[in-house]
Amino acid sequence: MAMLSFERKYRVRGGTLVGGNLFDFWVGPFYVGFFGVTTIFFSFLGTALILYGAALGPTWNPWQINIAPPDLSYGLALAPLREGGIWQIVTVCAIGAFVSWALREVEICRKLGMGYHVPFAFGFAILAYVTLVVIRPVLMGAWGHGFPYGIFSHLDWVSNVGYQYLHFHYNPAHMLAVSFFFATTFALSLHGSLILSATNPGKGEAVKTPEHEDTFFRDFIGYSVGTLGIHRLGLFLALAAVFFSAVCIVISGPFWTRGWPEWWGWWLALPIWK
Amino acid sequence: MAQYQNLFTRVQATGPAQYGIPLPAGDEARFGKPWAFHLLGRLGNAQIGPVYLGWLGVWSLVFGTLSFNIIGFNMLASVNWDPIQFIRQLFWLALEPPPPGNGLALPALNQGGWWLMAGGFLTASLLLWWARTYRRARQLGLGTHVAWAFLAAIWLFLVLGFFRPILMGSWGEAVPFGIFPHLDWTAAFSLRYGNLFYNPFHALSIAFLYGSALVFAMHAGTILAVSRFGGEREIEQIVDRGTASERAALFWRWTMGFNATMESIHRWAWWFAVLCPLTGGIGILLTGTVVDNWYLWAVQHGVAPPYPAINPAVVDPATLLQGAKQ
Repeated sequence: MAMLSFERKYRVRGGTLVGGNLFDFWVGPFYVGFFGVTTIFFSFLGTALILYGAALGPTWNPWQINIAPPDLSYGLALAPLREGGIWQIVTVCAIGAFVSWALREVEICRKLGMGYHVPFAFGFAILAYVTLVVIRPVLMGAWGHGFPYGIFSHLDWVSNVGYQYLHFHYNPAHMLAVSFFFATTFALSLHGSLILSATNPGKGEAVKTPEHEDTFFRDFIGYSVGTLGIHRLGLFLALAAVFFSAVCIVISGPFWTRGWPEWWGWWLALPIWK
Repeated sequence: MAQYQNLFTRVQATGPAQYGIPLPAGDEARFGKPWAFHLLGRLGNAQIGPVYLGWLGVWSLVFGTLSFNIIGFNMLASVNWDPIQFIRQLFWLALEPPPPGNGLALPALNQGGWWLMAGGFLTASLLLWWARTYRRARQLGLGTHVAWAFLAAIWLFLVLGFFRPILMGSWGEAVPFGIFPHLDWTAAFSLRYGNLFYNPFHALSIAFLYGSALVFAMHAGTILAVSRFGGEREIEQIVDRGTASERAALFWRWTMGFNATMESIHRWAWWFAVLCPLTGGIGILLTGTVVDNWYLWAVQHGVAPPYPAINPAVVDPATLLQGAKQ
């Protein structure tokens, strides 16, 4: 059932972190495990609460549904369900589901004898989310500083918070994060292209080798990072983009409360220019 | 418990440098003697060089250098040729396009003429470099996927500095050269056209930008995780599937119920990366030409909620002025 031709020999017992053999089974293509159960629990509860919040709200327009965090006046207290309490429980559910998903990936890695790079990388995404909805609100003293859950409402939040600091593009960590995002996309296009160009060389041509890949890039720019190196580089670029994204928002407010263009005053005022 | 996760190369094999597979007749010789840079070898290949120059590469570099120098010397002139102030104010300095009143006419040199020249040379440099990516791939018998991906980025570049200014009828619409000035342009552009976050092609472009980071983290993480089974030898795995591919596929199948193959993940990668500038360019091209205010566009299409009316209705002063004239 739903198994790839080579899959059966890989479906073996073991590798679990919690629960021993109890949850060590598959449903269709999905591995379950203890953390699969907790993932289901948190994501089901969270989704149900979002639907409940949407039912309480003014619209079912999917672009406009909005689950807002509590008013700033609630500080770091628990808010009534309709006053942002839903947002608070949804946040707990989201973190629970994300962490469960990461730990489930760890179990799958162990089962397949793989390294832990993927759950480690996912940890960066979880960190960025937690920075937005827990760390920064706690540092700022109110859950109301978290972002609202909604398609356009979260974009409005990004826009508004950006203009609170006058011009967010001048945030140095934001500059780094955007640069890393562009660099990741650039490197991904080069890597994807290179593999496809070697394995799809055109009519009548034989599939090429890593020697051709290295030669192409050395001819092209004088350096080829190599088959292993490109994956180290790609992972680094992607994680750096996420990491500096988290940094750029956590320093806005807790560390710097004025316009970001002003922050650069220290550079203009360095004594070396005298 | 602690395991080696293959983040760095611990033992570097140093052998004779690789000069690359032979080039077909008609190509020039490769340039430079290859050398090994140990620290680079910790991450990937240690070897630097040789490089193929060729006339496409040389002319691309000539035009690129010209453009770079025009931008730099204009910035230097703007601080009265003071090298200290040039470094101090570098992030703030700009080479601006012509003022709005200039339209599409050829401007005076100090009124955006240098900007037009720098942009023209940069475009020439990029197009020559594009031809080089195409030509180098063909000469080695490879597919031309790199060239077409590069063209997507050139598309966005030309939309910003060439196609959209022409549709708007003014070079002044284009982006200035400079670190903070181009960021200022971006913010002003978004504000002028009613917040670019409501532009659906901007949303798509951002989704593909974040998606590319996601895809690369997933792919690179997976390959490194199966590198103990030789997973980084991707071409080999594509034509003759091994246990590295099987485990990589099963990892995602068991995680999210779906998996790519060793080849198809690179098609996902290519499309995510290419669609980022492709959709972004469409979004920019429509802004100001077809849509004047993305927020109002979104309200009109039922995507964004209208703001509640806070202030009493305002009478347009222009209508009052007309009344006075009559």
